Amino acid sequence: MADVNRGNRPLSPHLQVYKLPLAAVTSILTRITGHALVAGILLLVWWLVAAVSGPGAFAVADWVVRSWLGFLILTGSTWALWYHTLAGIRHLFYDAGYGMEIEQAKQSSRAIIFGSVVLTLLSLILFFIF
Amino acid sequence: MRYITPRKAAQGLGSSHTGTSDHWFMTVSACALALLTPAFLLVIGSAIGLPHADLVAYFGRPYPAIITSLFIIVGMVHFIKGTRIMIDDYFQHTARKVAIIVSVIFSWAVIASAVFALAKMTFVTLAI
Repeated sequence: MADVNRGNRPLSPHLQVYKLPLAAVTSILTRITGHALVAGILLLVWWLVAAVSGPGAFAVADWVVRSWLGFLILTGSTWALWYHTLAGIRHLFYDAGYGMEIEQAKQSSRAIIFGSVVLTLLSLILFFIF
Repeated sequence: MRYITPRKAAQGLGSSHTGTSDHWFMTVSACALALLTPAFLLVIGSAIGLPHADLVAYFGRPYPAIITSLFIIVGMVHFIKGTRIMIDDYFQHTARKVAIIVSVIFSWAVIASAVFALAKMTFVTLAI
């Protein structure tokens, strides 16, 4: 091993010094949003179970759901759900062999971020109007 | 000498023997969830803020009950297989086994709780 070239080998990108490309950020966010959705589901299922447990239990759960904390969790979950949905649809296109060029991946990444924010705002507007 | 073709070596179930079926399950459930997501958001959005009795009656109706139970059942099984991929990536040995067990038990507990609540609201509504 003495004659191995130690100075000029290609380096693998190190996470702490490597700026992640947009496609990598949107990819890891798919996994993060998928797992984070557990918070919203837990809150809603607790609320549903409380509704059949009794008036006292429902009053507590309903208060949490309608509090600012509940609003924060459910709005965050709505965004996470839309994001995960759009990113999942992109995965279906990837599986079919479409959109894998770097430029296309950048465009779909921007579309997912923009689309998830727009759909979340639309959901909130619908919620507060109706 | 191997008597099988490269295609034969590549096709089929893969080294874990479940990869292909797991991937196909995620594809099918993803399509189902893509359709269910807007309906689920509308159902939940209409339910938040209802008084207790109205809420029970609301989820006693077929459309909200079916959409909510479908979304939670399909979503949580999708979640089990999704966390499994994450667990396989980041955990080893005993921690991996414990994480998989916790994820599966937790997800089915969520499913059972939601289905029980929705079923009870349906029966309460029928009894009125």
